[in-house]
Amino acid sequence: MKNIELQKTISDMSFIQPELKYDYTALEPYIDARTMEIHYTKHHAGYTNNLNKAIEGTELDGKTIEEVLSVVSKFPAAVRNNAGGFYNHNLYWEVMQPGGSSEPKGELADAINSAFGSLDAFKDVFSKAAATRFGSGWAWLIKDGNELKVESTPNQDNPLMDVSDVKGTPILGIDVWEHAYYLNYQNRRPEYIEAFWKVINWDEVDRRFKG
Amino acid sequence: MAFELPKLPYALDALEPHISKKTLEFHYGKHHQGYVTKLNGLIPGSPFENADLEEIIKKSEGGIFNNGAQVWNHTFYFFQLSGSPKTAPEGALKSAIERDFGSLESFKEKFSNAAATLFGSGWAWLVKNADGKLEIIQTANAGNPLREGKTPLLTCDVWEHAYYLDKQNLRPTYIEEFWRVLDWGVVESRF
Ligand SMILES: [Fe+2]
Ligand SMILES: [Fe+2]
Repeated sequence: MKNIELQKTISDMSFIQPELKYDYTALEPYIDARTMEIHYTKHHAGYTNNLNKAIEGTELDGKTIEEVLSVVSKFPAAVRNNAGGFYNHNLYWEVMQPGGSSEPKGELADAINSAFGSLDAFKDVFSKAAATRFGSGWAWLIKDGNELKVESTPNQDNPLMDVSDVKGTPILGIDVWEHAYYLNYQNRRPEYIEAFWKVINWDEVDRRFKG
Repeated sequence: MAFELPKLPYALDALEPHISKKTLEFHYGKHHQGYVTKLNGLIPGSPFENADLEEIIKKSEGGIFNNGAQVWNHTFYFFQLSGSPKTAPEGALKSAIERDFGSLESFKEKFSNAAATLFGSGWAWLVKNADGKLEIIQTANAGNPLREGKTPLLTCDVWEHAYYLDKQNLRPTYIEEFWRVLDWGVVESRF
């Protein structure tokens, strides 16, 4: 999980891929170690490197990732694609945890119940959004003002981007690019989505909800 | 009338070692079949009950378009591959490629680049335009050149499912292997 190769090619202002807080094996059997390793060391690291290349020498150098996402329409597609890839995967690793899912509590639990009726009803809506996103993309639980809503976005777009039709702050997200599940589940995306519910870090979702 | 999954003109292990039997089992047996099954589920009661795939591709939207175009695209993709392919174009196709891209090598380089750089899921295509000129284009997801009045001649599937079991994140390596099983005889017949 070290990123020595990444470190030596980038300046102090660059984005650094956060270290994973758990081992590649930690989410098994729901997400297998080989998928985790390739996803983190190849896909996510690739987005991070390419983001740094895309913003180097531009006015985006030194901005926060949220600031970059808010202006992607004004820059080449490489900024949109790689800033999204960097941010989205950062969120994805953080909203998962080993040792089984926790439960949403307090205000977050209330907000889910009032928006969707129940936790199970929310899971159905979210799972459907994830299963029906055609091609590559993400499904999100989004905080928009005081409202919670579920939406999906294509490719590496997310609700913080100025180009996105869907707006708000993502507090939970699932990667439904085929690379997220193909080694373990192949064409069976719904099985991967079912497995995702076994590894949710609801404390992290709550932190983002309150943030 | 229901659509059917066309029978492949080769065995599932015929493209090894370039494209594995396991990849074809899923790509043809699950994905391609899945698009056929879903399309057949969406057609009844729609305006496309008597339509062929080309009409569906040109006129439909949403799930009917996505599944109909993916049926067509995959048939087009699989039928141009072979374990004993003709390795280079001849005749009129060869001349047209040299006229529009300089050389076969230059064409392959440009096409490979289009396939490698398509972001997300989709297809790279060699198409013939109405004026006869050849062009390389990319389409996202289920996109198909017939929709823009262009005639497809050759395609490379760059959805991750086309290569992830064999090459994982290494899409360019898959594209190199793709050239080794592309049957130029089929592309000539389409031209
Ligand atoms: Fe991913
Ligand atoms: Fe495919």
